[in-house]
Amino acid sequence: MLATSPAFKENAVHALAEPGLQKALARTKPHFHAKRASAVAALPEFEQLRDIGRNIKNHTLAHLDFYLETWEENVKRAGGQVHWCATAEDARAAVLAICQKAGARTVTKGKSMISEEIALNEHLERHDITPVETDLGEYILQIRNESPSHIIAPAFHLNREDWEESFRRAHTDLPADRVFHERRDIMTEARTKLRERFLAADVGITGANFLIAETGSSVIVTNEGNGDLTQTLPRVHIVLASIEKLVPTIEDTISLLRLLARSATGQDFSVYTTFSTGVRRADDLDGPAEYHVVLLDNGRSAMLGSPFQEMLRCIRCAACMNHCPVYSVVGGHAYGWVYPGPMGAVLTPTLIGIDQAGNLPNASTFCGKCESVCPMKIPLPKMMRHWREREFERHLSPQAVRTNLALWGFVARRPGLYRLVTRIGAAALGWLGRRRGRLSRLPLAAGWTKGRDLPTPEGETFFVRYARAQRRGRGAA
Amino acid sequence: MSGRDFILSTIRRNLRRGPLPEDQAAMLRGRLNSHPRQLIPARSRLPRPEQVALFIANVEKEFGSVARLADLAAVPGAVADYLAQHNLPPAIVMAPHPELRAIPWSDRPLLRLHEGRAEGSDQVSLQHGFAAIAETGTLMLPAGPERPTTINLLADTALVFLRASRVVGAYEEAWDLLRAEHHDALTGGFMPRNVMLVTGPSRTADIEQTLELGAHGPRRLHILLLDDDEAARAAA
Repeated sequence: MLATSPAFKENAVHALAEPGLQKALARTKPHFHAKRASAVAALPEFEQLRDIGRNIKNHTLAHLDFYLETWEENVKRAGGQVHWCATAEDARAAVLAICQKAGARTVTKGKSMISEEIALNEHLERHDITPVETDLGEYILQIRNESPSHIIAPAFHLNREDWEESFRRAHTDLPADRVFHERRDIMTEARTKLRERFLAADVGITGANFLIAETGSSVIVTNEGNGDLTQTLPRVHIVLASIEKLVPTIEDTISLLRLLARSATGQDFSVYTTFSTGVRRADDLDGPAEYHVVLLDNGRSAMLGSPFQEMLRCIRCAACMNHCPVYSVVGGHAYGWVYPGPMGAVLTPTLIGIDQAGNLPNASTFCGKCESVCPMKIPLPKMMRHWREREFERHLSPQAVRTNLALWGFVARRPGLYRLVTRIGAAALGWLGRRRGRLSRLPLAAGWTKGRDLPTPEGETFFVRYARAQRRGRGAA
Repeated sequence: MSGRDFILSTIRRNLRRGPLPEDQAAMLRGRLNSHPRQLIPARSRLPRPEQVALFIANVEKEFGSVARLADLAAVPGAVADYLAQHNLPPAIVMAPHPELRAIPWSDRPLLRLHEGRAEGSDQVSLQHGFAAIAETGTLMLPAGPERPTTINLLADTALVFLRASRVVGAYEEAWDLLRAEHHDALTGGFMPRNVMLVTGPSRTADIEQTLELGAHGPRRLHILLLDDDEAARAAA
């Protein structure tokens, strides 16, 4: 997927003026907030579980080589194969080789962000293999040739009219004048269409929420059941997973599962949580004869020991973006690559480079909401700040920003000068707005005052007042 | 350098060490073998009758339904009534499980049962529940020759036979049952090829964040709960 992250500002301006997107955002945000809040309130141990979850992931990351090797042994014991892929290109090649060896013509797919990250569909299509997305949201995006705008609700930016229009265009074998009375009719049409695909596919590709070292299992979590049909019906099952999905035991996985659905959709538990371990057993009546895990690194191992190591705890619940004031007004596409919102602002620069994605860590008010709802307690604002520093150090930020920051830095490092300048500034602003008590235009900040007024400063700085109060206090004592 | 070597060596370099020393590796293997439990939420720590009641309440909260049955003889009638009530054909694909075979189906000769895996054309399926978890109203359905995975997925209406004695409080307790009772010939461990934890019927909220049931899996999930547990029945 070609990144448009460098154009974040233009993307955001465009998104703000997009009525369909704004309608979808207005509908979605309160929905996610309320559902998560009530699920968390119903589990008094939730905060303790966050600490436990963080510790499990920290423990795993500190011994990641050991757990990967143990996991691989157990995958092999269950008749599965592991394909270690350092880069996206390696992973694409590994998937293609498995599909070609299986003589695959169509491939059904469960929802996988790794698939988006490595741009798998385009690659398969170029080699005459038809990928079919089966998650309802991913299915319509494939029809519309769009990318997901959210990591768990990929098509949340679409409205009902978009669904109807796309289905009429794609399902030309159905009567053109059919009526979609309810949303249910849209879903039923997709169900019928995809059922044929599930039964005909040669290979099924899913993602993985967790890989379990103890048993060599991969775990997927879905509500639709599409992931299960994808991995049960075809002869070959391919799991796409990145190295940080490792968890030591079943019990550890359960603790993370108690956090995942509550943080994501506000459910206590998702409908289908499925543990897959290897190939169909001798007497089994169903299940795949081949089980492959395409294990992707793509820059993650380099995050260990760096200021971004903690990002590897992420379980992709999307709570950070659901609660982000920036994401909530610009949506996911503005971020310009696979992972949007605060987790994307931290992860994207590590995966495609700070020169490409430098705008993303700047797209934050640092309100801290993302960190406060993160089930893995990832310090997202701190890491965005790290990226801002790196961007500045590498001279990637625009010249105007750099000049102003340098000027501010010069003044801020000289307390006497700083006090003098702020005193003059506060006095000047106080004088300017002395009649109305507010300023509707401000030099150098026209963008800020375009949408709101600045309340006039009282004419004195905090320093001056504080010093006076201190003197008075001492006088009284 | 192979992908495997690259990934493992990068991990070790950034963790500032070589391969894990043997004493530390032994400690980690010990942790894997003892697989310690983490925190278990208090919500399912209840006396048996309330635990089963919590299971039922959670299934219903997640849009499933439950029929409590006094004995095996009541099962065929409950199935026939449910199918009639929902205007469904009396044809069922049944998991080839001995406990399901032991149900006196001949009392209801109109029910047509066939054993095997499910196909796309099956409208009603009957699965055997290995265990169930009160904490969230979740069924545990491990795969095996007697419990095909397709039975959980392909029919529009999924029926599950479950003994009340197999309802536990927390997920950990259901996994303990599986660890104790299941042997996998391929790996020598306990893990079957597939274990599904199922909480209510299939659903999606992908269209305008509005919940619709029956996305790709069953639209209906109905549990036939056999009251075989004296202790659980007491307060019922």
